[in-house]
Amino acid sequence: MNTTKKVLFYFPKSETEKPIVYQLVKDYNLMVNIFRAKVTPDEEGYLLLDITGDSSDIDRAYQWIRSLGVQIREDVKGMRWDENGCTSCGACITQCPTAALHIPDRRTMRVWFEADKCIECMNCITLCPFGACSSQF
Amino acid sequence: MKSYEEINRRIEAKKAVVLTAEEVIEYVEKKGIEEAAKEVDVVTTATFGAMCSSGCFLNFGHSTPRIRITEAWLDDVLLYSGIAAVDAYLGATQLRHNDPANMDYPGAFKFGGGHVIEKLVAGKPVQLFALSYGTDDYPRRELRTYITIHDLNQAIMVNPRNCYQNYNVAVNAGERPIYTYLGLLKPGLKNASYSSAGQLSPLLNDPYYETIGIGTAVWLAGARGHVYAEGTQFSSLCERGPNDVPMEGAGTLALTADMKKMHPKWVRGVSLVGYGVSLALGIGIPIPILNPQILKRTTVKDSEIYAPVVDYSQDYPNRTGKILGRVSYAELKSGEITVQGKRVPTSSMSSYAYALEIAEILKDEIRRGEFLLSPPLERLPLGKSMKPLPIRGRSQ
Ligand code: SF4
Ligand code: SF4
Repeated sequence: MNTTKKVLFYFPKSETEKPIVYQLVKDYNLMVNIFRAKVTPDEEGYLLLDITGDSSDIDRAYQWIRSLGVQIREDVKGMRWDENGCTSCGACITQCPTAALHIPDRRTMRVWFEADKCIECMNCITLCPFGACSSQF
Repeated sequence: MKSYEEINRRIEAKKAVVLTAEEVIEYVEKKGIEEAAKEVDVVTTATFGAMCSSGCFLNFGHSTPRIRITEAWLDDVLLYSGIAAVDAYLGATQLRHNDPANMDYPGAFKFGGGHVIEKLVAGKPVQLFALSYGTDDYPRRELRTYITIHDLNQAIMVNPRNCYQNYNVAVNAGERPIYTYLGLLKPGLKNASYSSAGQLSPLLNDPYYETIGIGTAVWLAGARGHVYAEGTQFSSLCERGPNDVPMEGAGTLALTADMKKMHPKWVRGVSLVGYGVSLALGIGIPIPILNPQILKRTTVKDSEIYAPVVDYSQDYPNRTGKILGRVSYAELKSGEITVQGKRVPTSSMSSYAYALEIAEILKDEIRRGEFLLSPPLERLPLGKSMKPLPIRGRSQ
């Protein structure tokens, strides 16, 4: 029976020389729909995608992905950013891999959070000096 | 030429012309310095950022029977109690009892002195635990109770060092990530962190302390406070640009104000992963436009203020004095600087957005006639430098 899962693969350091998507399709018979990706050699990166296939194939694929040192997150619900708690200090800006936390206007320097772009990498949750970022789970 | 008295009279009459240190730049460009100096009475400057050398004196009032406190904790954060019976000092960087610090590197430092100060200002209850050896007149040897700031007789913030005139831009040229008071620095110059409000920052708008001195009235987190001394590590003898603006640390201010009158938005505990806890404060300082020269100084722009880029993996801890270059605050605020030919993304530890908000609030308070200026009683010392600490044996 076919199922579809929204899933995030997070690469702490790049394993992306391996053609992950290609192998998911070819070796595990999965259909893949990529929403967002950042894969730069030697840097942390991520793939946010839908995968459709037989659940036993998905399980086998997960095992293989994990064996590469890649983290898998299934419930990408978005990080909670407390707008009032955020002081716009900007400390998170260079730590956020997707620019979900960003400064839209460099005159006011106010920091803003775009939930759609967040991949729950946890960087800002551990690093925000003011505790403005927290995880839902 | 204007005097403090004239400016204060105009403030009282709600007629003062007040601009923020950002607005004044364009204003003077349009009007010219002489004309603008006649019109503008006050320029407001501001900053918001972590200021580790901060804390407060508290007086708890006397319990029955009395206690002469020798050790005390608020929410498990140790106070300094080596003063009178129920007086104590709470410092911003004090860790909570049993915090594992960096034993589990990098430590999270979720709660400490800065957070207790934040809770107090927010009116939240905190637990007081105190011990004593007991005396004939102060027989109690232990107490545990809950207090809010309203229960205290005094809660006076007394900060030995705030408002650094300028600051380093921290980078990491080493090979592993490092955790600093300027945040996480990735190896190989992958990010840079700075901490100043640049063109809005108080002492960058008054580089030779012509108006900001001991006795100057300041806006400290919403309360009216004062400069009570030069800040610790005050170092007016420093490298300066052609506009006299320091290109490194330089001056600092010691500030005090009544914590009961502060607003919690501007008093915030800070957790710096791998480094420790601190306190972020919002500060506004009005600059009276006594003459065109003083006005000229307040028109300094981000593109004319430079900060040194320092490697925090080697040069900072070992005090080599080496810098990797200088960059302007305009470059820093753009989000990217160039260090040794490499493009490095920047972020800040101080909030320009909050500084701007504070400069606006102070402007409004002055316009409404609610905040009068006070002339300094004494000028901050020129020609002062900072001494290092030599490590020597007893006989050397
Ligand atoms: S580090 Fe935290 S407080 Fe600072 S801008 Fe980011 S979310 Fe806001
Ligand atoms: S968890 Fe924070 S740092 Fe990571 S992507 Fe989301 S917003 Fe950016």
